[in-house]
Amino acid sequence: MVSSPGKRPVSLAHREALWAYAFIAPWTIGFIIFTVGPMLASLFFSFTNYNIIDSPRWIGITNYVNLIRDDLFWHSLKITFKFALIALPLGLVFSYMIAVLLNSKIVGINIWRTIYFLPSVIAGVAVALLWARIFDPKFGILNPFLANFGIKGPGWFSDPQWAISALVIMSLWGVGGNVIIYLAGLQGVPTDLYDAAKVDGATAWQRFWYVTLPMTTPVIFYNLILGLIGTFQYFTEVYVISGGSGGPARATLFYNLYLYQNAFRYFHMGYASTMAWVLFIIVLGLTLLIFRSSEIWVYYEGQLKVK
Amino acid sequence: MTEALKTPLQTKPARRRFTGIQTQTLIIKSITTFILAAGAGIIMIPFLYLLSTSVKDRDQLRQSPPPLIPVAAETVNINGQDEPLYEVTVDGQARQMALIKFRPGGKALFVDPANPAQTYELVIADQKELRHVKIHFENYPEALKQMKFSKLLWNTLLVTFLGMAGMLFSCSLVAYGFSRFRAPWLNVLFLLLLSTIMLPSQVRLIPTYVLFNKLGWVDTLLPLIIPQFFANAYDVFLLRQFFMTIPLELDEAAKIDGASPLQTLMYIIIPQARPALVSVAIFHFLYAWNDFYEPLIYLHSPDHWTLAVGLQTFNALYAVNTNYIMAASAVMILPPIILYFFAQKIFTQGVVFTGIKG
Repeated sequence: MVSSPGKRPVSLAHREALWAYAFIAPWTIGFIIFTVGPMLASLFFSFTNYNIIDSPRWIGITNYVNLIRDDLFWHSLKITFKFALIALPLGLVFSYMIAVLLNSKIVGINIWRTIYFLPSVIAGVAVALLWARIFDPKFGILNPFLANFGIKGPGWFSDPQWAISALVIMSLWGVGGNVIIYLAGLQGVPTDLYDAAKVDGATAWQRFWYVTLPMTTPVIFYNLILGLIGTFQYFTEVYVISGGSGGPARATLFYNLYLYQNAFRYFHMGYASTMAWVLFIIVLGLTLLIFRSSEIWVYYEGQLKVK
Repeated sequence: MTEALKTPLQTKPARRRFTGIQTQTLIIKSITTFILAAGAGIIMIPFLYLLSTSVKDRDQLRQSPPPLIPVAAETVNINGQDEPLYEVTVDGQARQMALIKFRPGGKALFVDPANPAQTYELVIADQKELRHVKIHFENYPEALKQMKFSKLLWNTLLVTFLGMAGMLFSCSLVAYGFSRFRAPWLNVLFLLLLSTIMLPSQVRLIPTYVLFNKLGWVDTLLPLIIPQFFANAYDVFLLRQFFMTIPLELDEAAKIDGASPLQTLMYIIIPQARPALVSVAIFHFLYAWNDFYEPLIYLHSPDHWTLAVGLQTFNALYAVNTNYIMAASAVMILPPIILYFFAQKIFTQGVVFTGIKG
């Protein structure tokens, strides 16, 4: 891989470059085998009829046409967007507020931080099983709790009207990961900015609105992008709670779950590849949109804002 | 929770006179503590529910609303049968009696265990059922046995630690390559690497599955382990950021001593970068331990399942045994929680040096 230095005098810069390429080779090779290759292959599969046993058969844009006519595709897209539109903003605001509170200098702050970050390290099947039972209308604890206030709790995961709300509540419990990142951002705000604001007579609210918030917009931006991508990958929770069906009455048939069903339950690999590429284009479009909008609302240090 | 009660008092500094600003700060701190305590309580409730449910038996599961501490009805043996014991009031006197037979109109027949011949017909709602704490720790070994825990654990450990070894090995090399050398296109390649963070994994999922299927690796642990040997964007980025903080003078000194770049990496960079390596190892542990999507796709036979897939299937088969499911869930979340408590600082620092400031 690396030319042996002994044979021919190689310039120092040349040799340095060869070392660099050698060191990054594991990633470059992996990038070709596990990213570029599969991406191109799935683009090809998206134009074929493929069930993994027989070789793929070219059918042109049939999959794409079928996708547009597929009610379940639109349904799963709608559910995913609905969840994203509720859970993302709510989660961002919620975790930001928690981070602000956890950034204050109060006694026992480390204990509070420990508790708030805790749920984020145990994501996965166990958590989904736990929440499925907490929401259980008969034997769970949420509805008896609500009953104390005279509220008759809904059926949550057994009621198509309420399943998404239950998932949103569940996701809010696990916002600790976002909180960690916000907290890091909040701690990165230079203290002299606050001092300067204080000297100028800014109130606590003004200091937050004109110093803290603008200075942490890059972190909000980061969490927004990763949250968006995460929402379109949303899978484990709904798979575990609905047993892979996306029920009740397909109320939790998220895009990724429907894709999984097509690929690994019905072995419609071509159709699933079409779904994957449509997903890729949607996520790419939304990401670019957020990136574009970031010029308006994300403030980078050292960058002069001209109005 | 005792901490929650103590903290607001402790925040009061032992000063006599408060200026306006000090009072204001004190009020803000008290409110902050109060909100944080309330939120912490809410966060802990699911954990308490998990633990409480995991040590109940079937009858205890049916109690609604579920008591936090598992309790069972006190019983007494009357004529060879276990009957529930009540504290009843007869002629204004409180006595302990067993309920032996239900009667219409919300009534029942009660007897004194000392004198079972004489029965009293009383309204059930007026009497108090006697209960005692009954904790079924035996749920744990029973649940683990039923779900074939040891096999699942072994598979999970293999995937987690072999994958971790592959990730540490490959990501160190790649991060070193991206942090210490100049080469044409290296910056472009680095941007390309970073852009893969935003790539939805589905777009490469199916051909990757087909590839592993062709290799005969489906239903083995290999598809979960081998890709880790080809580095990943998150960990390379994190390690690179850390490598860049290690002074270049150390590299140069090693170079003068005749060390090759590989030796410099092994003897200079790696020892210096231990905190960063520990961080990415911990994050990898959590990822691999909790991962469900890939094991679900690649592992088909029960002998090859990881804990995540095994637990999900256990639930699908025996959903009524909530106590066993919760016991198994509690065991599954224990290692991440232990790791978290031991490595708390790393969790907060780990994110700090990813340089997320944009």
